Amino acid sequence: MASETPDTARPSAPGGVSFSLSDPTVRAVFYQVLVVGIVIAVGWFLIHNTLDNLSKRSIATGFGFLEREASFGIGESLIDYHPRDSYGRAFLVGVLNTLKVSIIGVVLATVLGTLIGVARLSSNWLIAKLASTYVEIVRNIPPLLQLFFWYALVSESMPPVRQALNPIPGVFLSQRGLFVPVPSADPVWGTMGFALAIAVIAVIFLRRWAKARQERTGQPFPIGSASLGLLIGLPLIAYIAGGAPTALDVPKLQGFNFVGGVVLTPEFFAILVGLVVYTAAFIAEVVRSGILAVNWGQTEAARALGIDSGKTLRLVVLPQALRVIVPPLTSQYLNLTKNSSLALAIGYPDLVSIANTTLNQTGQAIEGVAMIMGTYLVISLGISIFMNWYNKRIALVER
Amino acid sequence: MKSGILAAAAAAVVFGAVTGAQAGPTLDAVKSRGFVQCGVNAGLPGFGNPDSSGNWTGLDVDYCRAVAVALFNDPNKVKFTPLSAQQRFPAIQSGEVDLLSRNTTVTLTRDTSVGLNFAPVTYYDGQGFMVNKKLGVKSAKELNGATVCVQAGTTTELNLADYFRSNNMSYNPVVIESNDEVNAAYFAGRCDVLTTDASGLAGTRAGVAPVPDDHIILPEIISKEPLAPAVRHGDDQWFDVVKWTVYATIQAEEMGITSKNVDEFVNSKNPEIQRVLGTSPGMGKALGLDEKWAYNVIKTMGNYGEIFERNVGTKTPLKLERGLNALWTNGGLQYAMPIR
Repeated sequence: MASETPDTARPSAPGGVSFSLSDPTVRAVFYQVLVVGIVIAVGWFLIHNTLDNLSKRSIATGFGFLEREASFGIGESLIDYHPRDSYGRAFLVGVLNTLKVSIIGVVLATVLGTLIGVARLSSNWLIAKLASTYVEIVRNIPPLLQLFFWYALVSESMPPVRQALNPIPGVFLSQRGLFVPVPSADPVWGTMGFALAIAVIAVIFLRRWAKARQERTGQPFPIGSASLGLLIGLPLIAYIAGGAPTALDVPKLQGFNFVGGVVLTPEFFAILVGLVVYTAAFIAEVVRSGILAVNWGQTEAARALGIDSGKTLRLVVLPQALRVIVPPLTSQYLNLTKNSSLALAIGYPDLVSIANTTLNQTGQAIEGVAMIMGTYLVISLGISIFMNWYNKRIALVER
Repeated sequence: MKSGILAAAAAAVVFGAVTGAQAGPTLDAVKSRGFVQCGVNAGLPGFGNPDSSGNWTGLDVDYCRAVAVALFNDPNKVKFTPLSAQQRFPAIQSGEVDLLSRNTTVTLTRDTSVGLNFAPVTYYDGQGFMVNKKLGVKSAKELNGATVCVQAGTTTELNLADYFRSNNMSYNPVVIESNDEVNAAYFAGRCDVLTTDASGLAGTRAGVAPVPDDHIILPEIISKEPLAPAVRHGDDQWFDVVKWTVYATIQAEEMGITSKNVDEFVNSKNPEIQRVLGTSPGMGKALGLDEKWAYNVIKTMGNYGEIFERNVGTKTPLKLERGLNALWTNGGLQYAMPIR
C-alpha cells in the first residue's frame, strides 16, 4: 500500500525561535537559570558575610588547626592515640568511635527489632502483648533519658573496681567496665584473617556454582553446611599450622584499674544498648508492617503447594516483605547513626564529643560544626547508597 | 542536641548582618536596649548559680550586675544566659551576649584566635584533684593509671593531659559534657579522681558530695587559672567599661571604701577618692558613663572584698581563703590600675 502518511505534526511557530515565556521549553530553561542564580547569590552572600564577620572580630579561620597538637586525652580509641597527636588524628578517633557504635548498633538493632516485630504477630497472646508493651514504652521515651538510664544502671549497680565480680576466671566486671582476656599477639592471627578472607571468597563462588547447578539439574547442594565448613575450617587449619598458640593476655588489677585484656567500657555499653533498644522498637514496627503487607493468599498458595511453614516464611513471605521493609529500615539506620551524637552526654568519645572539644580549644566553631555535618552527611549517604543498592536488588522484577 | 545549639550560634555568625553591625558600638546598643546580656555558668555554686528562689547568685554574676549598675544604676538590668563550657565562645562571638562572665580562664589562644578581650582577673584559681579518702592517695604524683572524670571543652582537659604527660604517668579520661553528670559519675564511683578548678572542687565537695568528709582535695595545684570576664574584639569602649568596673571594685577595697561607708567618703578631701566617686568629674565622661558610676557600683555591689566574701569566702559553704585573691598590699595579686 503506497499511500502518503498524513502530516500530523503541528505547524511550527512563525519565525522559528521565540523567547515568549508561554513557550514551555523557554519557560523551563528560564526558571532553572533563575533558581541556579538565586542559589549562587545566596551562597555567595552567606560565605562573604561569614568571612566578613569573622575578620571583623579577628577570629582565625581555615583548617590549619587540624595539624596542631591536640593535647587532650581520649578515653577509648580503635587506633593508637596520644595527646601529642594532632587535632586531625583526634577527629579520626572520633569518627571511628562513631562508626564502631553505629555498625554494631545497626546489626544488633536489626536482629532485636526483627525478633520483636515477629513476636508482635505471634499467635501466643503473652508473647504478642509483651512485644507490644516493649514497643509502646521504649519508643515513647526520649533516647537521651534512656542513655542516662543505662549509664546510671552500670555505674550505680556495678561493684567498685577493687571488689570486681569475677564470674569466670580472667573475666572481671566492675564500674570500670567488663574486662575479658584476649589471646596474646602472635603472627598466626594475621594468617587466620587471611585464611578467613579466602574462605569468604570461596563461599561466594561456591554459592554461585550451586545455584547454577540447581537451576540446570534441579539438584540442591548443601550450601549451608559447606559454607560453614569452609569459614571455620580454613582459619582452623591456619591456626594449627601456625603452632596453635594458647597464651592469653589476662587482665589483672594493678594500681587503680585492670591492665591487659580488652575492656567494654560503661560508656560504650550505655550508648550501644541505649541506641539498640530504642531503634529496635521502631524496626519492630517496620518489620511487622512489612510482613502484614504481604497478602495472606501468598501463604495459602504456598501451603497449597505443600511448602512447609519455615520455607513459606523464608522463600515466599520475607522476600516480598523486604520490599516494603527496606526503605523505612534505611531511615532507622540513619536515625541510629545520628542519635549516636547523644554520646557526649554520657562521656563516650564519639565524633561530636571530640569535635566539640576541638572547637572549644581552638575557637573555630564554624569549621568544627562544618566537619561534624560533613562527616554525618558522608556516613548517611554511604548508608543510603548501600541500602538503595540492596533495595534495587530485592525489588520486584516485572517480566 | 548540643551541636544544634552550637550550630545555631555558628549560624548567627554566618547569617548575622545585624550582629555584624553591632560589633562596634556595643555600649550604645546596650544603653538603648536597657539591659546587659550576660553569659554565666548554669550551675557552679559561688560563681554562677540560681538560688532556691531562682535569683542568680555568685561572683561572676555579681560582676554582670556591677556592669549593669555602672550603666543603669540598677543591678537587675541584666539578662542572664546560662552557657555550657562549649556554648560560651560561640555565644559571645555571635553577639548573643555582651559580656561573658563565666569562670573563663585567660589564655593566649582565647585572646587572639577566639577573638576575646579579657577584663582584669576577678578570681585567681588553679586546677586541683579530688579523690575519695578510701583510696589512700596523698599526692597527685600517685595517680598513675587512674580514671579521671573531667568536663568537656575546658582548659582543665588540656592541663590534665599535660600534667600526666610531664610526669610520665598514664590516665583514663571520662569526658562528659554537663558538670552535673561529671559530678554524678565521680560520686557513683565511675572515676577515681575528679578534676576541675580548686574553687570548683571546694564548691562541689560542699554542695554535691553525699558525705563531704569522704573526699579530699590533693595539695597539688597543677595549673594557673586566672578567671576573668571577657568581651568581643573590636569594641574598645565597651571593653573599657567592663575593665574599669572591675578595677573600681578593687580600688574601693584598697581605699577602704565599702557599700556601708561609701557615703562618708563622698565629701572626702582626698583627690583620688574624689575622682573615683565622681565628686570631681571627668572619669565617668571619659568612659561614656554617669559620673556616679563607681559610687553606684560600690554602693550597690560593694568592693571586691565584699563581693568575694559574700559569694565564696570563709563564711560561705565554699570556705575559700583570699589567698592569691587578697589585695597586693596583703600579699595577694589583686591590684587596681590608677583611676585618674
